[in-house]
Amino acid sequence: MLRLEEAEIAQDTFTLRADLSIEQTRKYAVIGPSGAGKSTLLSALCGFIPLSTGRLLWQDTDITTFAPGDRPMTMLFQDNNLFPHLSIQQNVGLGLRPDLRLSIDEKDRVLNALSRVGLSAFAQRKPGALSGGQQSRAALARVLVQARPFVLLDEPFAALGPALRNEMLDLVAELITETKATLIMVTHAPDDVRRIADEVIFVANGVAAKPQPAKALMDNPPQELRDYLG
Amino acid sequence: MAFRPVSISTKPGISAAVTVAALILTALLAVLGRAEFTSGLGPADWSAIRFTILQAVISAVVSTLLAVPVARALARRRFRGRGLLVTLLGAPFILPVIVAVLGLLAVFGRAGWLNAGLAQVGLEPVSIYGLHGVVLAHVFFNLPLATRLLLQAWQTVPAERFRLAAQMSLTPYAVFRSIEVPLLRQILPGTAALVFVICLTSFAVALTLGGGPRATTVELAIYQAFRFDFDLSRAALLSLVQLGIAGGTAAAALWIIPTISIGGGFDRSLHRWDGQVGVQQVLDVLFIGLTTAFLLLPLVAVVTRGVAGFAKTPLAVWHAAGVSIIVALFSIAVLLAIALPMAGWIATRPRGGSEAVGLLGLAASPLTIGTGWFILINPVVDPFALALPVTALVNAFMALPFVLRIIVPPMRDTVQVYGRLTQTLGMGGWSLWRWVILPRLRPQIGFAAGLTGALSMGDLGVIALFASPDTATLPLQMYRLMGAYRMDAAAGAALILLALSLGIFWVFDKGGRWHAQA
Repeated sequence: MLRLEEAEIAQDTFTLRADLSIEQTRKYAVIGPSGAGKSTLLSALCGFIPLSTGRLLWQDTDITTFAPGDRPMTMLFQDNNLFPHLSIQQNVGLGLRPDLRLSIDEKDRVLNALSRVGLSAFAQRKPGALSGGQQSRAALARVLVQARPFVLLDEPFAALGPALRNEMLDLVAELITETKATLIMVTHAPDDVRRIADEVIFVANGVAAKPQPAKALMDNPPQELRDYLG
Repeated sequence: MAFRPVSISTKPGISAAVTVAALILTALLAVLGRAEFTSGLGPADWSAIRFTILQAVISAVVSTLLAVPVARALARRRFRGRGLLVTLLGAPFILPVIVAVLGLLAVFGRAGWLNAGLAQVGLEPVSIYGLHGVVLAHVFFNLPLATRLLLQAWQTVPAERFRLAAQMSLTPYAVFRSIEVPLLRQILPGTAALVFVICLTSFAVALTLGGGPRATTVELAIYQAFRFDFDLSRAALLSLVQLGIAGGTAAAALWIIPTISIGGGFDRSLHRWDGQVGVQQVLDVLFIGLTTAFLLLPLVAVVTRGVAGFAKTPLAVWHAAGVSIIVALFSIAVLLAIALPMAGWIATRPRGGSEAVGLLGLAASPLTIGTGWFILINPVVDPFALALPVTALVNAFMALPFVLRIIVPPMRDTVQVYGRLTQTLGMGGWSLWRWVILPRLRPQIGFAAGLTGALSMGDLGVIALFASPDTATLPLQMYRLMGAYRMDAAAGAALILLALSLGIFWVFDKGGRWHAQA
């Protein structure tokens, strides 16, 4: 279990407060108005923005000051998830070893991950030679080999068309279930929430609310959420 | 330390910066310790100071003012060969000074093409030596630089403004008043200041075209005190004067000096509607034509004379060429070892202050640093034995400010765009350099290395101070041949030097872009 204890995240004049727990193997959607602090919440969990007060605990270990690479999580950003000068295989391999000195066994794991996302034939290509959807798949393959307990998505599929985006979300859901990981995903679309999430973290007015069951919340939203959904 | 934008280790960068600063500062301290203030400055020294400032002012004003019509013409004309001409404007950056001087002598010298033409129509010959020769050479080098800076500014004007001007049928004068004058007011002072600072520490030009009591720069006076009188105290005192003038001006002008973009991006030419016909067109053609001739004729002279003198090139020239290649390669290695960690450190810090460290090398003139080190080394080892390593080191320091300006911006971009990704992957140390930074920055690193190589290859500065009769780099060897009036052999050496300078630049620049991914 990941616990954000009475945390406050301050960025310039903006502050976000959060006090919440995230259960393992469940899928969380983070929703809320633009600029409310959804990405800030994810960045803080991942270690890109420091907590000004409070603690972040994982299985009773205080990881508040851990470097991003030392945390039990990995994140897909809105863009720049792949290095354009490295091949797809190298990009995925970096998820296992930052110095890319892969053992035979590790190379196999990279190739397996690539075949799991349907990119076996593209291992030697560079990201620029792939379509947007294929690039997303490659990034997912990297997340797969990283095998971290928590996978954070900051709208990485925002640039894809609706059909492709749904396909990606389904793939993410499958992979998360297979690897028994936890998903925390920022989204704007209520449909995404219904499609994939078990729980919803609603972020508004400088507060990230405690998670609530997705179906119940979406079927009967409170006033604030109703204003946002329109 | 968890919350930095990227896990570039800052220690190597800080140590590199500290090493550079320490080496320069110890040189300055040595100079300070050796200078004898009791003797004070003699009339010859004051005359050198006056001449240094006078020639720098004239060079800056002439270069900058001439650059206005040339840049204006280039900004509003599109013609075949325009791209090539703009590239040519970048050439003086990597052109050895001594080679250019030889070319200028061939065109404007006593037996040059100009005087031959004047004699045809019965006019008195003109002399290239003295103040006007020094200014001529400085304009040759800095007119292209100023033109590029102005052209760069012109290209920041949004296309809509010229479209608006065309819609309202503004006259060329009105366009000049409403669009170009505000632009020039912004960019001209900084451009002039930059040229002024560059000309203050000019040595090779003054050495070859100046000299004598009426045309000696402070930099040249240091050399003369050192080589002819072996008066270290006076050399040290003059070094302090030089530091005061050049360093003071550089520090004062730092805020207005524009960013030197030596790279590409100039080939974009806007469609313009104003001044396309009539007087304006004639003027533009005239300015572009004259500038092209002014830049090309000396180079043509170098090549034609060089080919003719090639057979008379003594073996010593080839030996010196080998020495120069080694010095240049060593300079590149030193530079990269300093500049890359420094750029990594600077890029992870907020904009500002730390860039200034690199400018220390610009403020302290090569001969000042050379004099300082000579004073330090002299009691321990024979300084002449260390001539080549010292030359390579000083050359690397001189290139450092430019190289940091080339490498830091893309380094910042890389940190900004890929910093978080590298952190989630836990990349740091060598992995980060090996797999992210070096591949992303390869084109700029290649360009910077090429530039350093060319600068080092053509440099005639510290080596003149330190060299014993049997060691010489190619520029020094060429200078000695010119001094002995062996002009054919010197022309052959000039051609070799030109080829080597352009060659080393081309090899590294091309190597950096070879198979590079966007």
